[in-house]
Formats: sequence, structure tokens, C-alpha cells
Amino acid sequence: MPISEILLAGASERDLTKLEEYHMVGGYAQLARARELEPAAILAELDASNLRGRGGAFFATGKKAGFMPRDSPRPKYLTVNADESEPGTFKDREIMLRVPHRVIEGSLITAHAIEARHVFIYIRGEYLTEFEVLRAALDEAREAELLGGVTLVLHRGAGAYICGEETGLLESLEGKRGQPRAKPPYPAITGLYGAPTLINNVETMATVPKIMELGGEEYAKLGTPDSTGTRVFSLSGNVVRGGNYELPNGTTLRELIYDIGGGVPDGRELKAIIPGGSSVQILTADQVDTPLSYDAMREAGSSVGSGAIIVIDDRACIVQLGLRVAQFYMHESCGKCTPCREGTRWMVQLLNRIEDGDAEEDELDLLLDVCDRILGHCLCPLGDAAAMPIASYVDKFRDEFREHVRAGRCPYGGESSLERVFAPVDQHRGHPTVEVAT
Amino acid sequence: MIDEIRRVAEQYPVARSAILPALRIAQERHGGWLPPEAFEEVGEALDLTPAYCKAVASFYDMFHLEPVGRHLVELCTNVSCALVGAQQVLEAFEEELGVRPGETTEDGAVTLRTIECAGGCGWGTVVVVDHRYREPVRAEDVPGIVQELRDAD
Repeated sequence: MPISEILLAGASERDLTKLEEYHMVGGYAQLARARELEPAAILAELDASNLRGRGGAFFATGKKAGFMPRDSPRPKYLTVNADESEPGTFKDREIMLRVPHRVIEGSLITAHAIEARHVFIYIRGEYLTEFEVLRAALDEAREAELLGGVTLVLHRGAGAYICGEETGLLESLEGKRGQPRAKPPYPAITGLYGAPTLINNVETMATVPKIMELGGEEYAKLGTPDSTGTRVFSLSGNVVRGGNYELPNGTTLRELIYDIGGGVPDGRELKAIIPGGSSVQILTADQVDTPLSYDAMREAGSSVGSGAIIVIDDRACIVQLGLRVAQFYMHESCGKCTPCREGTRWMVQLLNRIEDGDAEEDELDLLLDVCDRILGHCLCPLGDAAAMPIASYVDKFRDEFREHVRAGRCPYGGESSLERVFAPVDQHRGHPTVEVAT
Repeated sequence: MIDEIRRVAEQYPVARSAILPALRIAQERHGGWLPPEAFEEVGEALDLTPAYCKAVASFYDMFHLEPVGRHLVELCTNVSCALVGAQQVLEAFEEELGVRPGETTEDGAVTLRTIECAGGCGWGTVVVVDHRYREPVRAEDVPGIVQELRDAD
């Protein structure tokens, strides 16, 4: 199967972190061309490409940019979301390390398209090396007078998953705790400092120069009609060759996991797949022929999410998986909305009871009920992102959950690959996760 | 330090936006954590109250409100790393350092922490040593990493 490189194109042959090398592959030519075009013409190309946001929500990029007001008495802002933190996802990191100039060029083209003079790139604090690479690229671009009067600020986060949520990001960038805002008003109307703001993912931005080069219509011929173009998929877990692979949308899980990733190691059996980061519903081994496209994943009962595929073999206890995933969301809940703050804690407590063999059968339904009471009841998607996967684990592996209840212990008998994993919540004093009031 | 923070703040339309870089500068200056006086300094530089600065700092995992060791070893135990043996790597660090996650060695050299997904999932287990990623790390690599830190100390 051909590996189609669009946004990583040229990065295997050349050191594209250097401006000189990036120029050799046509770097910044599209920016120069875009600046000759009317902003509306660029938006038309984005619309024609049907590019959809690569952060996880898959919203149409051109349409979102179109929400920005044409005339605004206030400054307009473009904010690039480089706060990659969805478990399983590490593709923006690779994009920033290998094609930092493409991220900058795409951001500057997009800024021109919405007539913004200010760009902020919010990069997660842990990505220190990536920050340094991006800063060096930005210095080169500034030196070469490519910014064209636009101010571009690299802003480092400081460790908070929730700041990847667009309004949490804006709050954080304004110097506050990163707690999401109620929507509406949407950021396009009231965003950063109360002004119109467009927020796009790193990968989305790095795709823009290639869309300008190929033309939106040509780009749309790649991938599938509902999911055009390519994507950098992050492959991890129980797979021989984990890593990032840029592939056309619509590639099947089987092709990615087996043909490219080398399959499941150590002669183990495939048990389950998380196809879009830890926030999405789990798939069972028999769904391995599902294409990685928006519609196909919807039909399969899950989501393409952030393009992060986590492979799980038959050594993993699904209750333990659920516990570790729930612990993550409990740790990262910002505490603003009650259903998420309290619900994620309940999920952890119930999953601990089930794993320890202390739960009754009706606690499985109680767990689903807790998930149900979170879903759709919070300001931002974090609560949903906890409830959806956990409910899917119970739904798809109910027998395994029941076995814990019936046997009064974990059927893996201490042999699960996820046995006793020490989560960050476990090291916070005053947050015992094992007690439950039922 | 106050002048340095104010220079960083000039990049932003509103000075308060510089609070994360400001806290980072203060933390580096104070040996890797934020003592009460750090919030007074950041507050003075950005015209914010110390209480506000502490409230913001406490939201973010990378700010430490208690003293930490001279070196920081942070290990991801999220799903992708856990599936490929993060717990075994963590236990190797516990044994080698003689501390539990969240604790600092008695000589103040190393703080061991577990962290949520660091974004190196395809190359687990990810261990972040003094803010630089090591990936993949296996249990047998741990004595070497600890020796390296002791030699550097």
C-alpha cells in the first residue's frame, strides 16, 4: 500500500527544520502566493479541500474559519493548538519536530485568510525539545522577513490536559486556570481577550500549505469523500512497530496494525483496539477491518478522534483498562462542572470495587448510570470523553466485568499486563480512590 | 527576575497572559519549586496578588508547590505505556532509588513521579528525566539512568 506523504513530504530526505532546506521543497512559496489572494479565495480552497480539524473533533476547517467576522472593531486572533495530550496521541509532536516551518507557513496562510495580525501557538509545557525546534524555525522565518507584520508568539503550557480544549486553552492563554467556558458565545465571536479567535490544531495548520499547492479539489481526491486527505496516525500499545505513519484517511485498522505496524508481538492475540485516543469507544478484534474514516468509525460505534490507535492484546484485563482510563479523566477534570468532577471519581471508585471483586452485579448498571449522568451535562467534552469509553468497555466486555463480580476477584489472577499500574492520582494526598459510598 | 518577567510580558496584549512563563522563571530560580515568596515576586512583576498566582500555579502539573529533588524523573503510566510494561519500569526506579512515586530520595538528589500521557506512546515506556524525553525505557535501562543522575549530581 502506498504511503502517501502530504504534510510530512520531504522530511525523510531533507532536514526541513532548516529554512534553506524547506525552501528547496517549495517552502513558503504558498504563503507568498496566498498573500496575493483575497482572503475569501483561500477560504474557498479550504472549503473545496473538505479539510476537517485534526485535533479530534473533525470539524470542517474552512467552515470554522468562515465563522470569523469579516469586519471587527477588535483585533482578530489565530491560536494554534499544540497542547497535544490525548492519551495515545503523539503526532503533533513529530510534525513540529520534522516540519516546523510547514506549521508556521500554514498558520501564516490561515492568519491571512481570516485577516488576523496575531498568532499564538500554545504548545504543551512538556514538549521542551519541540518548543526549541519551533522557536529556532520561527527565528529563521522572522529573520527572513516572512512574518509580514504578523506577530507570532510561542506560548508554553504547564501540564494540564484540559488546556487542549479550545476554551480552556483560551483561559490559560489569558493567564488563568484552564477551566473551559460556556458556549455560546463561540470563540469566533468572543474568544481570546473577548475578541474573535480561530483555534486550529497543529496538523490542520501543517496541511494548509499543501492544500494551497495542490488545490482544494485535488486534495479532496485523497482519502475518502467524508474524510479527505491524509493524516498522521499514531500507533501504540501491543504492536511490533509503534510510531507515527502518514496515510490516506480510509486506511483500515488491519492495514495499519498488521501491514505497517507488524502486528501484535510475542504471538499474542488481538483483543481490542482504541481507534482515536483514549476518549473514544473501544472496538473488538473482529472490527479490525474498519476503515479509519469519520463515517466508517461512526458506523462501527466509535470515532476517529485524534488519529491515535492503541492496540490491546489478550493479556489486558478490560476492567483494569477502564480503571486506568477513568483515573486519567479524574486527574484531568478541571472541577468546574459537577457531573464530570464527581462522576469521574465515582467511576474510579466503582471500577476499583469491580476489579477487587467487591462489587455486586447491579454496580455494573450503576457504573453505566454514572456514565449516562455525565454525558452531555458538562460545559466541555472532557466528561463525555470519560463516560463514552468506559460505557463502551462495559457494553462490549460485559462478560469480563461479570466474571469479576461472580468470582469475587480479577480472573487474570495478577497476570494482566495492566496489573497494579500506579496512576498519578494515586500520589495525590487526600484523594483516596479506593473508598466508595454505596 | 522581575525585569525578566516584565520583558516576557511585553509579548502579550495583557500582562497577565505571561503568568505561566513567569511562574516557570520563578520556579527555575527557586530550585525547581515555588515557595511562598515566588508568588509575591510573580505578583509584583505582573500586578497580580500572590494568592492569584498560587491559584493558577496549583492548577498545572508542572508547577511544584513543595520542594523537589535536584533531578526529576517522571514516568508515564497511561494506557499505551502501561500496556508495554510501565509498571515494571516504575518498580525498577522504586528499587534503585528507594522511594515511592511522589517522593524524593533522602539526599535530595532525585524526585520520582508518575505522570499522565507525555506523548511518546509509540515508544513506551516514556521517562522524562529533567524535562528531556527518554524513549523507550525498559526496566533494565533503569540502573544506568540512576547512575547517570548520581554522577551528574
